[in-house]
Amino acid sequence: MATAAVSAERENYLNKEYGIRSWLLTTDHKRIALLYLVSITFFFFIGGFMALLIRLELLTPAGDLVLADTYNKLFTMHGQIMVFFFLIPSIPATLGNFLIPMMIGAKDLALPRINLLSWYLYIAGGALMLYAMVEGGVDTGWTFYTPLSTAFSNTHVVEAGLAIFIAGFSSILTGLNFVVTVHRMRAPGLTWSRLPLFVWAHYATSVIQLLGTPVIAITLVLVVLERTLHLGIFDPNLGGDPLLFQHLFWFYSHPAVYIMILPAMGVVSEVLACFSRKRIFGYGAVALSSIGIAVIGFIVWAHHMFVAGISLYSALVFSILTYLVGVPSAIKVFNWTATLYKGSISFATPMLYALGFIGLFTIGGLTGLFLASLGLDVHVTDTYFVIAHFHYIMVGGAVMGYMAGLHFWWPKITGRMYPEWWGRLAALIVFIGFNLTFFPQFILGYMGMPRRYWQYPPEFQILNVMSTAGSTILAVGYLLPMVYFMWSLRYGKVVGDNPWGAAGLEWKTSSPPPTFNFDETPEVTWEAYNYDQIPVPKEAWLEQ
Amino acid sequence: MSNSAVQTESHESHGPELLHHFVSAEQQRNTVSLAMWLFLATEVMFFGGMFCAYLIYRTWYYAEFAAGSRSLNIWLGTVNTVVLIGSSLTVALGVRAAQMGKRKLLVVLLLLTLVLGLTFLGVKAIEWHDKYVEHHIPGASFSVADLVREYPQLHIDQRHAQIFFSLYFAMTGMHALHMVIGVGLFLYLTYHAWKGTYGPKYYTPIELGGLYWHFVDIIWIYLFPLLYLIDRKPLK
Repeated sequence: MATAAVSAERENYLNKEYGIRSWLLTTDHKRIALLYLVSITFFFFIGGFMALLIRLELLTPAGDLVLADTYNKLFTMHGQIMVFFFLIPSIPATLGNFLIPMMIGAKDLALPRINLLSWYLYIAGGALMLYAMVEGGVDTGWTFYTPLSTAFSNTHVVEAGLAIFIAGFSSILTGLNFVVTVHRMRAPGLTWSRLPLFVWAHYATSVIQLLGTPVIAITLVLVVLERTLHLGIFDPNLGGDPLLFQHLFWFYSHPAVYIMILPAMGVVSEVLACFSRKRIFGYGAVALSSIGIAVIGFIVWAHHMFVAGISLYSALVFSILTYLVGVPSAIKVFNWTATLYKGSISFATPMLYALGFIGLFTIGGLTGLFLASLGLDVHVTDTYFVIAHFHYIMVGGAVMGYMAGLHFWWPKITGRMYPEWWGRLAALIVFIGFNLTFFPQFILGYMGMPRRYWQYPPEFQILNVMSTAGSTILAVGYLLPMVYFMWSLRYGKVVGDNPWGAAGLEWKTSSPPPTFNFDETPEVTWEAYNYDQIPVPKEAWLEQ
Repeated sequence: MSNSAVQTESHESHGPELLHHFVSAEQQRNTVSLAMWLFLATEVMFFGGMFCAYLIYRTWYYAEFAAGSRSLNIWLGTVNTVVLIGSSLTVALGVRAAQMGKRKLLVVLLLLTLVLGLTFLGVKAIEWHDKYVEHHIPGASFSVADLVREYPQLHIDQRHAQIFFSLYFAMTGMHALHMVIGVGLFLYLTYHAWKGTYGPKYYTPIELGGLYWHFVDIIWIYLFPLLYLIDRKPLK
């Protein structure tokens, strides 16, 4: 390819400077995105390893692999690491960080040093979390429910709580940076109605990060103060209310689900449009539904507490509001489907993940509606039905979206293509492994198997064996991309600026991009997703 | 936001205080100012968690909250309120001084702000020490036997009183922590003001520091009545 020689010589963000200092002190959003990518991958595999141990323990009905206490710590730290150190930063801190300035034609995020600070806060929180883990772990469940976390647990709640507190500020600063950047740094001509849906989704995500995260921060501070200084704000012995803790915790932690899923929705919108060669159907509806999810997402939290003893009337209200949040989510799914209609579809790896996302997210979302209904929720609260539901959203949704995005923008990030055949194979393995792992858990939960137990009655074994088998397949599906992405850094085919023939400003600069993204600030005179004006490239990876 | 300037990595085309990725000083000012306002919004949510807890427990345990409130030193609280409002005045005047390029005046005003901020913290420390002496600090040695004796007509439950004092220390403690951070921030600003960094063309840091200071001030404006003035009517 002619571009190969050119891009090898061209100065870009990767070859501009070398050495560890140039990375650790960088304020370039693209380099910080890569710092995040490496860090969250590290935590993903730690959390994943714990998940495998959990599944291995559940292979047999007896508790025979680990002690009961160890099992408690495993599922607690699996949850805390995956939620706070992988899923929350996953797409925003890596792809969002890398792409948002390029998508809006800016040289960098509005606050580059704050961006670097957010990575250091993440690392500090992560280090403290690892310290809590090797010192003996935490056993409260990822939810830190009081009074277990304040009065009864003798594990490292303080360290883990502070770790999440610190990582929370990293999340706040990322969100703050994105909101300010989208408001103030757009290129001339790039109006709000021309923004890529990826940017809209991240804007909505950032608003949740800004308004939700401080609440869990103060809540964890109060738990820590109760453990260390004996302030009794949630202490039932003093007349304090553990339910207040649950309200404050879920006020963040429910919207946090949307912090995880909205960016994935943004990725899916980009990928679907590109591989259907069509403008996304209902652009305005999809954009505004992100905002709708962010707003309604803030007023549904008590559906986590239907059996906790809240009043029936408030439970009714929260049930109805929870059904409402399904509306903007459904708007997205219908519009994506309509985008596919009469599209010129090619099943490249990112597209496989995106299509997988739509299917799995739909299942996860619909089972969420089951859980929103008061009567059924009483039956399946704290069972594997809930586990299966939120893994369909977080793994089947958020992680699939993350993988779709990683493959889609990998040639932009590195300047090289991953091996397409292996990519499709891994996508297939992930899809099969995921469903084999989690679909049986819907049935287990419906049959009444409770979550968070290390033993179970023998009649549940077959479904548990299926689930454990699926988890090993899933692990292979996640290790494969790890291997071929690394491989492609050296051996991958060198690509041009726009190997997919995709719309969007990020594809108009070179791959990998120069430090300040564009040689000249672009001026936008076209609508988003103008695929009717972009020729389909004749590339091997787009052939069926 | 309109711009067609070619990217450059040197400061040739603009002054040293304009960061490379901004087009103009105005864009930079608008950007960081928006960032500060958003940060303050997160702070509102942060304190909001405690205000929410306060609202619930004050409704449930009104008698204990009233008694606990009476035990706080209203004079020291009032003095501190005046001190903080005064410091907000000196900050506001400082922003003006920076805009007009009066370096010496700016430094004096910032130093005054620091003195007032430290005064507030000193008075707060005295109040906390009083609470320590009275055994009003939650924990093993907590006791409100004195309040039970003093206000028999309120039928105080010691446990509920402990919730009031837990909130009192959490809220004033978190506020004081913000004050300490503010003092650090203003030490930095004073140093740079003294060096002459700020002037009519570049005074954003003073403005942003001022916003933070006013915010911490406003939190106290809410804390003072909510904690000190719950019920001060003479009891029959």
